[in-house]
Amino acid sequence: MHPFAYVAPSTVAEAVAVLNEHGDRARPMAGGTDLLVKARANVWELDAVVDIKNIPELMNLSIGNGGLSIGAGVPCYQVYDNSEVAAEYPGIVDGASIIGGIQVQSRAGLGGNLCNAAPSGDGICPLIVHSAVAKISGPSGDREVAVEDFATGPSRTVLGKGELLVSIEVPKPAANSGAAYTRFIPRNEMDIAVAGVGVFVQLDSSGKNFESARIALASVGPTPILASAAGDSLAGKPVNDETIAAAAALAKDAATPITDMRGTVEQRKQLVEVLTGRMIKQAVERARG
Amino acid sequence: MTTNSPSKVHVTTTINGQQHELLVPGYMSLLDTLRELIGLTGTKEGCLDGNCGACTVSVDGRIVDSCLVLGAEVNGKNVDTVEGMATPEGLHPLQQAFLEEAALQCGICTPGFLVAAKGLLDNEPSPTEGRIRHWLAGNLCRCTGYDKIVRAVQKVID
Amino acid sequence: MVATFEPKTDYKVVGTRPIRHDGYDKVTGRAIYGGDMKLPGLIWGVMVRSPHAHANIKSIDTSAAAAMEGVFAVITGADMPKAPSKLVDLGEGNINFKWASNKLMADDKVLYRGHPVAAIAATDRYVAEEAARKVVVEYEVLESVTNVVDALKPDAPIILPDMVGDDLGEDVTNTNMAAHVRHEFGDVEGAFASASHTIEREYNMQMVHQGYIEPHNATATWDEEDRIKIWTSTQGAFPARTQIAGILQVDVSRVKVTPTEIGGGFGGKIPVYLEPIAALLAKKSQRPVKMVMERTAVFETTGPTPGARMVIKLGADANGKLTVATSDIWFEAGANPGAFIGPAAMCIYAPYEIANTRIDGWDVLVNKPKVAPYRAPGSPQVAFAMESAVDELCEEAGWDSFKFRVDNASKEGTRRGDGVLFSKIGMQEVLEAVKECDHWNAPLGDAPEGKVRGRGIANGYWFNIGLKSSANLAVNTDGTVQLTEGSTDIGGSRTSMAMHVAEVLGIGAHDVRPTVGDTESVGYTDVTGGSRTTYATGYACWLAANNLVDVLKDRVAVLWDIKPDDVDFNDGAFTSKAEAAKSIGFKELAGKLDDLGGPATSTGTVDLESAGDGFGTHIADIEIDLATGKSDIIRYTALQDVGTAIHPAYVEGQLQGGAVQGIGWALNEEYYMQDDGKMANSSFLDYRMPTTLDLPFIDTVLVEVPNPLHPYGVRGVGETPICPPVAAIANAIKDAIGTRLYNTPMNAGSILEALK
Repeated sequence: MHPFAYVAPSTVAEAVAVLNEHGDRARPMAGGTDLLVKARANVWELDAVVDIKNIPELMNLSIGNGGLSIGAGVPCYQVYDNSEVAAEYPGIVDGASIIGGIQVQSRAGLGGNLCNAAPSGDGICPLIVHSAVAKISGPSGDREVAVEDFATGPSRTVLGKGELLVSIEVPKPAANSGAAYTRFIPRNEMDIAVAGVGVFVQLDSSGKNFESARIALASVGPTPILASAAGDSLAGKPVNDETIAAAAALAKDAATPITDMRGTVEQRKQLVEVLTGRMIKQAVERARG
Repeated sequence: MTTNSPSKVHVTTTINGQQHELLVPGYMSLLDTLRELIGLTGTKEGCLDGNCGACTVSVDGRIVDSCLVLGAEVNGKNVDTVEGMATPEGLHPLQQAFLEEAALQCGICTPGFLVAAKGLLDNEPSPTEGRIRHWLAGNLCRCTGYDKIVRAVQKVID
Repeated sequence: MVATFEPKTDYKVVGTRPIRHDGYDKVTGRAIYGGDMKLPGLIWGVMVRSPHAHANIKSIDTSAAAAMEGVFAVITGADMPKAPSKLVDLGEGNINFKWASNKLMADDKVLYRGHPVAAIAATDRYVAEEAARKVVVEYEVLESVTNVVDALKPDAPIILPDMVGDDLGEDVTNTNMAAHVRHEFGDVEGAFASASHTIEREYNMQMVHQGYIEPHNATATWDEEDRIKIWTSTQGAFPARTQIAGILQVDVSRVKVTPTEIGGGFGGKIPVYLEPIAALLAKKSQRPVKMVMERTAVFETTGPTPGARMVIKLGADANGKLTVATSDIWFEAGANPGAFIGPAAMCIYAPYEIANTRIDGWDVLVNKPKVAPYRAPGSPQVAFAMESAVDELCEEAGWDSFKFRVDNASKEGTRRGDGVLFSKIGMQEVLEAVKECDHWNAPLGDAPEGKVRGRGIANGYWFNIGLKSSANLAVNTDGTVQLTEGSTDIGGSRTSMAMHVAEVLGIGAHDVRPTVGDTESVGYTDVTGGSRTTYATGYACWLAANNLVDVLKDRVAVLWDIKPDDVDFNDGAFTSKAEAAKSIGFKELAGKLDDLGGPATSTGTVDLESAGDGFGTHIADIEIDLATGKSDIIRYTALQDVGTAIHPAYVEGQLQGGAVQGIGWALNEEYYMQDDGKMANSSFLDYRMPTTLDLPFIDTVLVEVPNPLHPYGVRGVGETPICPPVAAIANAIKDAIGTRLYNTPMNAGSILEALK
């Protein structure tokens, strides 16, 4: 591991300044559970690590009528231990509660999961289906990027030189909506998704018909995938096995996996279809309360 | 311990109830800070990537893999390790149960399991078998098949 | 040494569950493992490793690393003593010093990924690692082979050009085949011709790792007198000394090995990897040097157990009598010879009585780490083939496979596949216990919607070994006894040793204080491996305790002014044969020793030719999600003939731990190799050993058929439990989904494939 300096700024501006000075030889650190592994394996050679956990706005978790705001440094356990978040955003809790084991969840958060930009990031698909937006600060000001556009490839993001993820903003879900996320892993915890599926559904007031839906897929492409055609196929359709199966088949079509040590193309595509069906049903159940 | 680090960080931290003032190289893990700077070698190294739990310690009451925390980060925090579990009155009930139930064979994973199990029981006094297994999934043991570890934790609950 | 013993039942200490003596240190963090070693002026060593699986080294430039501030020593293959080709028995497999040396540090060619090409010692680990990145190596990359089929092709790249292979006694050169052995008995052809049911099947297994949680480590000093001191986590201080001295080309008396506490081994910590290198760095830097291996290197360069290709053919008569078996097995040795085909031949047919058998085994080099013993090395592989094939034969013939196992079970007098005749064994008793056990008699239960369940059963066998052990005793005046024994303690064995002594002396287990000795404080003792420790070192402790009784009888004779022959010893008390009322307890006598001739000490040593065989049977219930292929073990029972359980809790622990390693092997663990010879999953994350959430409680049934070769009837128990699980799970999967899997790992992907 290349020896690096530890910097712990207390404002966004200071953090941005350090990141801007070092370029890609500095990285912001939230939980560090990916960063320190990559630094130790010399995947990244860093001169500075910028601990963001002393910046108050990056540690903020708030929920209200305007939606949910998750600071970039908020660890997973604070997300799933929050009863309001659990009640209103169970799909996000689904993701936050399966990233690593309990030890990792004490440190790792959804902000870091997003910035690490692994195709398998379990925290990302739930955010995508909730139409969450990433708030970014940088040397030339602030900007917002839809979470589905945040990752640009494996370990690559839209963040430019000196830019820092500040928070993730999740809109308040409307009535009669529900979300769910699951992944397939060979073990029961402590594993990387072979395939993962997040679903958000908006039902009509009868609870019998879909008004709209968003479906996102993990580990079956270079980035998490928003499977628009699959989600759109449900709009205006009745909730039944047939419409759900059709959407699951479209999700399968949207998956572009590779064969590697974690699974084959065929296995992953099949898993996407199976998990999509299961998650639509679970999201519907949650929407119906 | 090293001469050519880019910078060292002044850290004041409480470890097992005792305050320490340290100069920690920015890149040094909490695991190495405990083992190399303080000399507390009860916390073990197994993988250095957060997948075995042998280095589990508690920071402000939350269990973490100390290989994935920097020593510099614990400034102002409370760190608890296996060395802090027993009191002058005797072993922690989990330590006693691990001995009585033969929940260790080689013992290298034991400090991590003890600190992790304590983290569970401090917050949830009566977890189910499933909850115990879920909570301890971040700690690998290759000797016991976990049977006697789970039973030892259950013994403390009873 | 061969003696036989009548079984006893009225033990006072044997069969109880005292808290282990080293337990307090291990639950409080005080116990010192190899990685915890500290010495004044200690510096750190790291290896520079090859990124290629097979390559010629064109040049190495270490100048930039050596020039770094804080670097004290750099060595390469040129600094390695030239060890001659010499085969040495390590108890569980042989080593050849020449290959063993080359494995630790490449000469002009790297043979596997991670093969060390240089080593560096520096002020601390971070500096040493930075320096390692500055070593510049120019490689000429060669084609690599990572499986036995490719390695034996006529145009395969030759891994060791100077190796001479042994093909049934004939020398062969320019080959990756290190050895081909055969055992044949009876009339195989005739038996197949007259068999009414035959099957022939091929099974394949990927290489797997022992997966101990503690990485390899070594701390070394090298003084002005050329005396080398080593502290290390090893399964045998003396075999480690043999290897270190052989590789460094010094006399064994120049090397002192102090075994630290050890964090798991399962056979993988019998070979040395870092110790001689740490010693050379210590010599060059004139400082104590510590090395701790990184986890990736543990996977890429240590262990593992051979991957295997196995073709097996069985024949039975119309009455369900297994009459004939043949098998051809190819095992991966890694980059040096030695793939455990011998043990495989000993184990494959052991649970069955078969009149006509043949086995051919091939030891094949591949560009992977040299294999190391892993818990019954070679046996789980052949058990997967044999126990799957037995179920398949029964399916074809329409027989109940459990009844078939009972009807054909091996017993005293049965000939093993390598020709050895069994003495008193417990295979039949274990199968009787299966009939009685809760699990076997309980229904499988209904699976939830979308899932199916299955139950499988399989036998397993390990021959266990005896070999050499030593123990010393000294009486303290407070009536306690110091025990120094030579077996490193991986799973509570120190306490079993103390219990042997306590049982003889009639004192409590905690009145004996056991210590694991270094190579200068106790006599030669072989590895903690081969399931030999409680059997052989326990035997040595029993002998030492009996010898101590003789010493103490002399003291009692002085005390009472009678002849030593007139002193009796029973239940912890010395009595006079002449005067029944005259009696003195062990503790009281201990307090008087200072006036009766001073310290009382004794020694026990053994060299045991055989050990008594271990048989077990496991029952596995599995539940499978038909849509995803995900499986869960929902109930599991391990039954085994354990002889006499000295400390039953640790015997159960051996059965449970072995079963779970086998479950991991069956379902998820593998060396997933890329085309370039790189292991793609060299982390605990992707290697996927079972976590506590992946398992039920593991039930055990200890069947006690006392071993006549041990004074208390002990049989080795550690290795047999890893032999049945893979086959038991394969049979359970077949029961659940109706399709048989022939390759490990039998993961969700392969189950999904089978469900098509």
